[in-house]
Amino acid sequence: MSGHLVPLKGYLGIFLALMALTAVTVYVAFLDLGPMNTVAAMTIAAVKAVLVVLYFMHVRWSSRLVWIFAAAGVFWLMIMIGLTMADYGTRDWL
Amino acid sequence: MQADVPGLAHHFEDLEQQHEAGRLGMWAFLVTEVMFFGGLFTGFTIYWNAYPDAFRAGSHHLDVRLGTLYTAVLIGSSLTMALAIRAAQVGRRRAQVGWLVTTMLLGTTFLVVKGFEYQHKWADGLLPGPGFAWEGPDAPHARIFFSFYFAMTGLHALHMLIGIGVLLTMCVKAARGAFTPSHHAGLEISGLYWHFVDVVWIFLFPLLYLIGRHG
Amino acid sequence: MTNTPENYINTDFGWKSWLLTLDHKRIAILYLLSISFFFFVGGFFAVLMRIELLTPQGDLVQAETYNKLFTMHGLVLIFFFLIPGIPAVLGNFLVPMMIGARDLAFPRLNLLSWYIFVTGGLFTLYAVAAGGVDTGWTFYTPYSSTYSNTHVIAVGLGAFITGFSSILTGLNFLVTIHTMRAPGLSWFRLPLFIWAQYATSLIMLLGTPVIAITILLLALERLFRIGIFDPSIGGDPVLFQHLFWFYSHPAVYIMILPAMGIISEIIACFARKRVFGYRFVAFSSLAIAILGFFVWGHHMFLSGQSVYAGLVFSILSFLVAIPSAVKVFNWTATLYKGSISLTTPMLYALGFLGLFTIGGLTGLFLASLGLDVHVHDTYFVVAHFHYIMVGGVVMAYLGGIHFWWPKIFGRMYPEFVARFAAIVVFIGFNLTFFPQFLLGYLGMPRRYHAYVEEFQVLNVMSSAGASILGFGYLLPMIYLVWSLRSGKRAGANPWDAKGLEWQTPSPPPTTNFAVTPVVTEEAYAYGEEEAAVAG
Repeated sequence: MSGHLVPLKGYLGIFLALMALTAVTVYVAFLDLGPMNTVAAMTIAAVKAVLVVLYFMHVRWSSRLVWIFAAAGVFWLMIMIGLTMADYGTRDWL
Repeated sequence: MQADVPGLAHHFEDLEQQHEAGRLGMWAFLVTEVMFFGGLFTGFTIYWNAYPDAFRAGSHHLDVRLGTLYTAVLIGSSLTMALAIRAAQVGRRRAQVGWLVTTMLLGTTFLVVKGFEYQHKWADGLLPGPGFAWEGPDAPHARIFFSFYFAMTGLHALHMLIGIGVLLTMCVKAARGAFTPSHHAGLEISGLYWHFVDVVWIFLFPLLYLIGRHG
Repeated sequence: MTNTPENYINTDFGWKSWLLTLDHKRIAILYLLSISFFFFVGGFFAVLMRIELLTPQGDLVQAETYNKLFTMHGLVLIFFFLIPGIPAVLGNFLVPMMIGARDLAFPRLNLLSWYIFVTGGLFTLYAVAAGGVDTGWTFYTPYSSTYSNTHVIAVGLGAFITGFSSILTGLNFLVTIHTMRAPGLSWFRLPLFIWAQYATSLIMLLGTPVIAITILLLALERLFRIGIFDPSIGGDPVLFQHLFWFYSHPAVYIMILPAMGIISEIIACFARKRVFGYRFVAFSSLAIAILGFFVWGHHMFLSGQSVYAGLVFSILSFLVAIPSAVKVFNWTATLYKGSISLTTPMLYALGFLGLFTIGGLTGLFLASLGLDVHVHDTYFVVAHFHYIMVGGVVMAYLGGIHFWWPKIFGRMYPEFVARFAAIVVFIGFNLTFFPQFLLGYLGMPRRYHAYVEEFQVLNVMSSAGASILGFGYLLPMIYLVWSLRSGKRAGANPWDAKGLEWQTPSPPPTTNFAVTPVVTEEAYAYGEEEAAVAG
């Protein structure tokens, strides 16, 4: 199992992208975007996470099963948060 | 009977099956970790929604520079981890050890600085429990923020500590030449765990440190 | 005296060879012993409860003690018998064999999972001995987090530790089934027991971590008053319920799915027919596992949860009943025009069909918002889940134990006594739990040690039934152990069953298969030879 050999530049590139995105997320946090602040922060975090998962964790070059496992984890987390919020979000509807 | 292949466990047909099984096993474990942390993220989301002002005030008590530093250190450690595996892929033993040691050092830096941060919070009376001393309004809700802060970063730090332990084991093995271009599953699997711990922090940082920073 | 060939049991004696074994079959036996132990511990608490409930007054024990009894009954049986039971005993033994493998993917993790299980169990037993817990197995806050003076953390720790055992088992099965199937064993040739274990493993992996974090938070709340479940400082006790049930509802599918897998195997064998609608049954297992994660709020209709969320959870709960019903239809269709033998496993399987159907249908009563308002927290709920867990899971477990007993131990159990015991269990079960539906509908609350006069007759019936049921459970303990020494020696395939596990000697050798089998036929190819001859 030698797997896919990523060139050094590839890893460095991802690293720099992650650092840049970190700087962006801090910068944006200090701007007043109302509710979009949260959206922006979470989106940037998601992009960073995807970069780590795809390139550092090699999911980009792994079997489809690995991809499914990773996606399932995210999906299930969304269900837990989402359906729980369905309660809290609608409590004052009545 | 199959020929004696070095490193092949008796119940696997070949090394590829064994490695794929190991990889899938680690991914399955990481999914459990997603759900484990996920419970905390769920609770955090509920309460942040319920008490946005208290959470903002609590977040302001955290040092953004420290948070950014942590993030940079961890991202750097992910890079060095990936480079350690790459060194194994090209059969460079000293590079493996060097990158692993660097990764561990970065992880230790994270933990040490975190230790100081915790100590400050405790001195400021922000540890939830009987000694909680919050000057601002909405103390109970701010307390909930700090409960999540300590629980989430504490759990994360515990995982980092375990990760460093795992890397230490890998480092010793690497120094002995256990990892070759065709056989470095243990290193790859440890790397998966390490990167995961980094991903958790990638989400913890904005959620805890960057709430309502404007204005 | 007779030269028995080398098998996994006689290959090595001595406690070290058992306690340090990496053989999945030996680990299954270790689990069989520990799980049987916990079955009787949990059953013991039930006996005390049913004795108390013979009279309307609370006269055997104090109310606080009764609270501890039902708590420990639930905790021990759920976490240490029902959840691990079938996967750890029959799953561990059979999964590698059914797919033609020499062991599970991670034998050391398998042994570790047993040690973790035992550790968690010991913690819980310590807590029981030290005075127990009185919060109900559901640990609802703020009572458990703030007010109860009992050993909540110790028991929580026991459950927390044991959860990792579950996770490791699920992880092992999942990876094994994905990567170690024998050549020719495509997904749709797998025995349905494997599909069931696979679906169960999904739940074990995705759900168990959430109960783990929930228990951790509960412990933090109790130790440090962090406040997240405490309403007096802005916390929400219902959040605990969300997190708790997010796992604990799928947990009941961890209990039932392996049981359903057993039923498929037994019915196919003793009707001499392939399972009707194989793919439907396989996909239903997955559907139950997945949909089971979307319905947890049906435990919380009366908790203060929003009505709209209740609506969503109610609809989803109706949906999750569908794949279960599909399975029942398919098993029934398998029986139709089958060549049926009423062996002991078949008796248990038939009992399962009826009792699971009743249990499942009454679940729909509970899933209806309006009805649930009336029967929530009454004996109706108690009867519902006992029909599924005892009438369903335990019956299937006993059926499976009997079915695979010859394979596991190389001995036949005594058929006549075993059939008698199965019938005693069936009668005892119904006498115990059917009256509880009536009691619940009439309004008797659950978790009370005293009740009004007019409920006594039904309660006495229930307790009488419990004694018969207990007797029914004791019988297999006796004759199964007896059979180990004196039972008729079993050949490789005493039932003439299909499936790779029956291709090995009984008991199997340590490595299962001398040569990795190659699979060429579909699952449950019963009746093929006769058809070929006739045609």
